[in-house]
Amino acid sequence: MSAVTARIRRPRSTLARSLGLVVFAGAALLVASEALGPYDELQLANGAYYFAVLAGLTVLIGLSGQISLGHGALMAVGAYTVALLIGDERWALVPALLAAVAVTTLVGVLVGAAATRLRGPYLAGATLAFAVGLPALADKYTSLLGGENGLVINPPTPPSGLGANFPLERWEAWIACAGALVVLFAMNNLVHSDVGRAFRAVRDDEIAASLCGLHVGRVQTVAFVVSAACAGLGGGLLAVVLQLASPGAFALQLSLSLLTAVVLGGLGSIAGAAWGAAVLVLLPGWTNDIAHSFSLSTQVSANLPLAIYGLVLILAMLVWPGGIQGALRAAVSRLRERRAPGARDASP
Amino acid sequence: MTRFIDLTLNGISTGAIYALVALALVLTWRATRIVNFAQGGMLMITTFIASSTIASSGSYWLGFAVALVCGLALGALVERGLMRRVEGGPALNAVIVALGLLILLQALAGMIWGNTPRSFPPAFSIRGYEVGATHVLFAPNDTFTVLVVVAVAAGLAALFRGTALGLKMRAAAFGPEVARMLGVRVGRMFTLGWALAALVGSLAGVLVAPEVFVGPNQFDPILIFGFTAAVLGGLDSPVGAVVGGVVLGLALSYVSGYEGPSLVTLAALAILIAVLMIRPRGLFSSAQERRV
Amino acid sequence: MRLRSYRTGAAAVVIAIVLGGCGSSSSEPGVSATSVTFGTHQPLTGPAAPGYSEIAPASQAFFNYLNAQGGINGRKIHLVYKDDEYNPAKTVNVVHQLVLQEKVFGIFEGLGTPTHTKVVGFLDSSKVPDMFVASGCPCWDNGTAQPYTFGWQPNYTIEGKILGQYIKQHFAAKKVGVFYQDDDFGNGGLTGIRYELPASQIVSAQPYQPGGTNVAPQISALKAAGAQVLVDFTVPIYTALGQLASFTLGYKPQLVVSNVGIDPTTVGGLLKTFSKGKAGTELIEGAITDGYLPSTADLSNPWIALFKKVHDQYDTSAPFDGNVEYGMANAYTLAQALQLAGKKLTRQDLVAAVNATGSKLTGPGLVPFRYSTSVHGGYGGAEMGQVRGGQIVLFGGPLVTEPTAGSAIAPYTTAQSAPPARGVSVP
Repeated sequence: MSAVTARIRRPRSTLARSLGLVVFAGAALLVASEALGPYDELQLANGAYYFAVLAGLTVLIGLSGQISLGHGALMAVGAYTVALLIGDERWALVPALLAAVAVTTLVGVLVGAAATRLRGPYLAGATLAFAVGLPALADKYTSLLGGENGLVINPPTPPSGLGANFPLERWEAWIACAGALVVLFAMNNLVHSDVGRAFRAVRDDEIAASLCGLHVGRVQTVAFVVSAACAGLGGGLLAVVLQLASPGAFALQLSLSLLTAVVLGGLGSIAGAAWGAAVLVLLPGWTNDIAHSFSLSTQVSANLPLAIYGLVLILAMLVWPGGIQGALRAAVSRLRERRAPGARDASP
Repeated sequence: MTRFIDLTLNGISTGAIYALVALALVLTWRATRIVNFAQGGMLMITTFIASSTIASSGSYWLGFAVALVCGLALGALVERGLMRRVEGGPALNAVIVALGLLILLQALAGMIWGNTPRSFPPAFSIRGYEVGATHVLFAPNDTFTVLVVVAVAAGLAALFRGTALGLKMRAAAFGPEVARMLGVRVGRMFTLGWALAALVGSLAGVLVAPEVFVGPNQFDPILIFGFTAAVLGGLDSPVGAVVGGVVLGLALSYVSGYEGPSLVTLAALAILIAVLMIRPRGLFSSAQERRV
Repeated sequence: MRLRSYRTGAAAVVIAIVLGGCGSSSSEPGVSATSVTFGTHQPLTGPAAPGYSEIAPASQAFFNYLNAQGGINGRKIHLVYKDDEYNPAKTVNVVHQLVLQEKVFGIFEGLGTPTHTKVVGFLDSSKVPDMFVASGCPCWDNGTAQPYTFGWQPNYTIEGKILGQYIKQHFAAKKVGVFYQDDDFGNGGLTGIRYELPASQIVSAQPYQPGGTNVAPQISALKAAGAQVLVDFTVPIYTALGQLASFTLGYKPQLVVSNVGIDPTTVGGLLKTFSKGKAGTELIEGAITDGYLPSTADLSNPWIALFKKVHDQYDTSAPFDGNVEYGMANAYTLAQALQLAGKKLTRQDLVAAVNATGSKLTGPGLVPFRYSTSVHGGYGGAEMGQVRGGQIVLFGGPLVTEPTAGSAIAPYTTAQSAPPARGVSVP
């Protein structure tokens, strides 16, 4: 009886839970942004658009079991769309971001359709070639896309209703956080919905899923499209926050950073995406401060942050294979075990 | 016509390097089902060591030998010390570890040797062969490179097909449990696979270094195209790695020559997608797809 | 929750570290009675790092030399340099950090066109001095729209014109090919060449992408077109790569190379092993180039003697080459600007000083500056040079011009002034 009522209650409670999560996170971000200085507002904005991409990427990799080394290029599509529309065509902010999502979604359909035929390292290779090849379009069509220099757009002006002295960086952070909250809502719903379950089913056993009536290719494409939409929004927000779209900002290194961040944060969970975004934003600053706290030659101190980053990646995978979120979950369940050993069973 | 010949020869010499890198990646894949994203960093380190050896000793072949020995050692060390711990787990963790190792190696090289690229001597002359009144875009050093690739590919084929050791390595990769039961030292086979792969990689490093200079990031493009070639040919097939490398080298040379360098990476993408759509596991794949 | 405390905790840590480092008692950030701090973004790591990583430490070495004498107007000059890996997204973050968090007085010697173009808007709208950008893009030369941004080195179009005129005068009958980087640097130089040479004389123009290493197809095209003069608008690595491909092809055109890509120490170093350990400059011997600073080989020049002295004392880890000279000469110009700005130093004062008096500054440069309220161009010309005996020898006297199609190229006859015994000298 309770199982039946639980099943009836679940659809409503997922939406309500997502909404509550968004409201809560939004309030927390609002309070935090009031307390931060302008540079930290910029960092918050960076974290927000990284979260937008990573949430989609973790759904793709963690939930549907596909790999992508090319999400940096999808971000580039979103960023260039926004830069072209706001810069040349003078569109408003929200329509431009929506257009970025739409265009990247279309690209995602193409990539996803191609990706359904590929597995494992072949998918990795194809998406890596995509990450390396797509930004080269900017060098080919220099008059439209600005070539190696890329495009610059004007910063978004805060609405007059917020006051004349409203800091630009805070407005940028609000825009980016709003986008991140939209993604949070959408992805949290998705993860707990039938679509999310379909992703997991296809990931775990394609043949079984197929026998259950799921069209494997279509499910995988949908996963790609969803993650592309998130990447498009993330890229569009990057263009708004940094006011640029440039091939140098979307090199292969970005795609690889996204991948490492999503695994480091904890694959398959939205909280893991948040951890990953925090790592991407905060770790370079911390490693730089560490490097400069010793008086070393330029040669060493310039490379030390990268060495630390590489070491962190290796050690994190050896010690915490589940990423930060996995380690936290393990710690929490160990605490629970200590408090009430055996009383609670492992709930999914 | 001379342009076409020059571009073809250039394609073969660059393709040979991609083939070597692809062979290294195929070796680690066949041995342990891991794509070694750190291969670029490993061959960069061995080439730096060779460069320092040549600078201090004055002998090219000593440096060459040192690079190969260091390659073997580094490959074994990385597998035994690092990759062994992630071999059984989720595939993505091994990828992250490899990427972390790549970043670490590039940073270490920058710290030890600096970020300024340095010159590396070729094994043989780089003056192109004289044909009639002109020199073509192919030199004795390029002949050496091509011969090395052919020898390595043949050697690997002979090893895997014809020797007991090769059979043990294949068994360890495809059925570790059963192989263990039959007395194969599976761990040792994994280590050997990585050592050989790193050896092939360090060969690629010293052969290509005269033309890309030695620096922490100078080998990145070679790695990207080498990986593309490996995927193109099929990660399970050494023959595929060589064919994929040469095909890619030729295609990119023609595109660069006739269309312009801005289209090169796009061309690589187009070729890869075209091949993978027809044969999702590469040109020389033999694995059957499971379909319902 | 945890996320927020991580962030505010991190912010607190960083702010604490930063506050420990700088001290500012006046209302202007980054300046006090005893010090002034500038920030810069440089590619210290990553694929674009080669060579450029010497520039900022050389500037800092020169500032250390001045600081040991008491500084400028009683203020010691500090330079904070941050790595942007030549990634424009990182450049934006790093410059925001320097301005908003480390509160530097201004940005100095920001390196790179794709990188720096992304922060010009921020710096100018925030009224932060953006002094002497380390790039020859003509885009810094806009005092009206970008009042706080100043170029320093001669822009690529000026250089292209001067080199082009030399080709017109000495190689009028020869076919010309151009090998150039496919960005503002190469395209700017090519534009300047095209201003001076008839289109029919340029038989082939081959671009390359920075990042790729296979330039043999492009060199082969230039050879196939029969170019007898090869103009290189290349950075040192690609000058060297081009020479290797030319060597393979037995292709020996007369080289004309931009000053950006000719430094014999750098290029020779990349080609060293082909000449069995000797300087490695055989392949570029006889190349025509230009220079706006004295040749680093000219030790009889008092500026070179001064820079060598500073290098040997404060910057020994780098070779004494063109990059080091660049960093020191640029630092000298900034110190002059600070001297001109006066005892009470505000950002506005610094900018006004360069607008008013910048064009009269003399120093290690062989040509005058193009500075006024509306022109922020930097050096306005160069002297022709040639690689002889593995070193650059300048000849013919300095030439000046404007970066427009019709403007003439004229000789500049004012002799170079000597360096002062201490500090900097200003008009």
